[in-house]
Amino acid sequence: MRVMAQMAMVMNLDKCIGCHTCSVTCKQAWTNRTGTEYVWFNNVETRPGQGYPRRYEDQEEWKGGWELNSRGRLKLKAGGRLKKLATIFSNPKLPSINDYYEPWTYDYATLTDAPAQQHTPVARPKSLLTGKNMKIEWSSNWDDDLGGSKATEKYDPMLKKIADKVKFEFEQTFMFYLPRICEHCLNPSCAASCPSGAIYKRAEDGIVLVDQDRCRGWRMCVSGCPYKKVYFNHRTGKAEKCTFCFPRIEVGLPTVCAETCVGRLRYIGLVLYDADRVLEAASVPDDHDLYEAQRSILLDPDDPEVVRAAEAAGIPRDWIDAAQRSPIHALINKYKVALPLHPEYRTMPMVWYIPPLSPVIDVVRDTGEDAEDTGNLFAAIDALRIPVEYLAELFTAGDVAPVDRVLKQLAAMRSYMRDINMGRDPNPEIPAAVGMTEEAMYDMYRLLAIAKYDERYVIPPAHAEQAHSLEELGTECAVSEYGGGQQDLFGEGSGVPTPIAVENFQMLRDRQTSDTLASPNDKSSRVNLLNWDGKGAPPGLFPPRSEGEGQDDGA
Amino acid sequence: MDTFLWVIVPYLCLATFVIGHFWRYRYDKFGWTTRSSQLYEDRLLRLGSPLFHFGMLGVVGGHIIGLLVPQSWTDAVGISHEAYHVVAVTGGLLAGVMAVVGMVILIYRRRTVGPVFSATTVMDKVMYAFLAAVIVLGMWNTIAGSIMTIGGEYNYREGVSVWYRSFLAFNPDASLMADAPLGFQLHAMVAFGIFALWPFTRLVHVFSAPLGYLTRPYIVYRSREDQLGSHSPRRGWERTRV
Repeated sequence: MRVMAQMAMVMNLDKCIGCHTCSVTCKQAWTNRTGTEYVWFNNVETRPGQGYPRRYEDQEEWKGGWELNSRGRLKLKAGGRLKKLATIFSNPKLPSINDYYEPWTYDYATLTDAPAQQHTPVARPKSLLTGKNMKIEWSSNWDDDLGGSKATEKYDPMLKKIADKVKFEFEQTFMFYLPRICEHCLNPSCAASCPSGAIYKRAEDGIVLVDQDRCRGWRMCVSGCPYKKVYFNHRTGKAEKCTFCFPRIEVGLPTVCAETCVGRLRYIGLVLYDADRVLEAASVPDDHDLYEAQRSILLDPDDPEVVRAAEAAGIPRDWIDAAQRSPIHALINKYKVALPLHPEYRTMPMVWYIPPLSPVIDVVRDTGEDAEDTGNLFAAIDALRIPVEYLAELFTAGDVAPVDRVLKQLAAMRSYMRDINMGRDPNPEIPAAVGMTEEAMYDMYRLLAIAKYDERYVIPPAHAEQAHSLEELGTECAVSEYGGGQQDLFGEGSGVPTPIAVENFQMLRDRQTSDTLASPNDKSSRVNLLNWDGKGAPPGLFPPRSEGEGQDDGA
Repeated sequence: MDTFLWVIVPYLCLATFVIGHFWRYRYDKFGWTTRSSQLYEDRLLRLGSPLFHFGMLGVVGGHIIGLLVPQSWTDAVGISHEAYHVVAVTGGLLAGVMAVVGMVILIYRRRTVGPVFSATTVMDKVMYAFLAAVIVLGMWNTIAGSIMTIGGEYNYREGVSVWYRSFLAFNPDASLMADAPLGFQLHAMVAFGIFALWPFTRLVHVFSAPLGYLTRPYIVYRSREDQLGSHSPRRGWERTRV
């Protein structure tokens, strides 16, 4: 047994309202740069729907992830090493920009520059790739809330498998939201596809990262990832992906997407797993066994045997404590309500989902029956095969039984807790019907419904004795190291990357030295960049050079 | 003049090539990439890029054989001059045509596809001009010089190749190059121009041909420990192992 720690996430889809706050904040934090306009480390998809990029789940087309060869050995679906090198001059399975969307901006200057005229001037969309006028025809969320699904429903690869049973009549429809980030897989096919070896899995916390200095832009990772969560920065020519906000995780903060989630549906914590058994679990012959196989390699952190092995593997004591308190372990292995996304890709994804009960409840409520009654709900879950089968295509490779079980657990929890909330005697038969004790059911309710910040995010900071070297604090770096980069010589991204601590330096110093946090002294002289037209340098755009230097551009 | 053209300039170019790569790798690893434009356009690239690259691999292989293998060696193993010539011209022609066709497709694509053209830097354009010139001159030498023998027969294995080996041995004989036909002289000169430009263009991606992929394990694990933060520690400041 070789114990390794993995930072993982669970999302409770019942709570997702599809507000896209996670996507927007993530974009503001990580991908609001030239070259990454179309890059969404976090995106929220309406299901049924095509997803982003379009039809990414159709692996017969894109050949992402792993598959078993005729001898039952695991191999990359897109072909092994030799095939990768033979096709390196033109990647055969790279999504084009049209499978994402052509990024654009608007010609805002026209709105203010246009001469007096009869008609209101219009800001026309301009392509960010060519700079020319363009017609906007698709984007990352074109089919949000089933918009246009009459026309696009046939493109959902998951729906195709059960298409004959699904009616997109409005009275029979169902939908839910699926927020997606990088899965930080235990068996990442993007890393396996990278010819340069630039994508690596961090040994400490399992976060999968792209080394920007070693990436050579071969683009095999984009094809190799079945979730299409590695993106190609077309400006720098390097691959970029979700970083699990590692600078935040290292200091014990949740990711930006989780921190800003309005529905508080995300959970972050550690799991311990047996690295020696990953290959074995990823190679089970039957797709339907993959969910159980992946669950089985996650170790019980309360088992003294596991704790001993973890300590022997050099996992610090506070990390083991955090693994024991981990909400992820509870949701995946204790209550067993979280399911992996597309286990059939055999990458062992580590962002799991609690399937939504809402589509079922909506239907029951519409029939006029009591939607929170256990009997009604259980019957409805059995009767409403369509949502259940669809969820099974997403989370269990098409095996309906685990999804059915989870939905019944969630339904039972609602009914059980309603009795308590209404002041009636709780009915012990309800938890028993789904094989849970009353106490476990109540604990699960607490975790799902009212868990506070420190219960949803159990993130042990990286180690105190290393803390001075971490990216976020970065106090160890000699400043002279940062002057050496040849900025601008080969494009904007060139040179030595600036650590976050250096980028923040001015702001942090201002905050530390100003009298008040909310209203800095120089507020009146600052420029609101949202109103700035991009031309010239109005007074206050840059801070004064230094005291008494006479660089008074404000006068 | 001959010394300047065939001794000084080549060594300057070689020095730029070597030092330039060292400098680029040291200071601009982040800019060391193929800067692929496949995301923008796929159809033409799918055709042109493999043609060009496989053609170029053949061309480079042919040059290595032609320049580095002395004629006495092939004579020693009993390959006649005529047989060598036929094989070299056939192979060279095949690889050269592939490279030229691929290059024409790629340049056409770069000029006509909007996003690809917008992503083309000045350095790219200079590089393309040199690359096109050297390939066209090389084809001219093969077709006009070796096949149609315009301007008399010339055995480059007794002239250019010997000079090139003497150049690499740091004992250059400029007269060999000075006596070569103009086509060969121009081809060599432009080629040295490319070598001088090489480290400052996207051509550096040639040196990252990922052959290590064939032997490394699929999944790479890295520990934060061997390099903390985004910088390797300065000498004397490495972390101690406990």
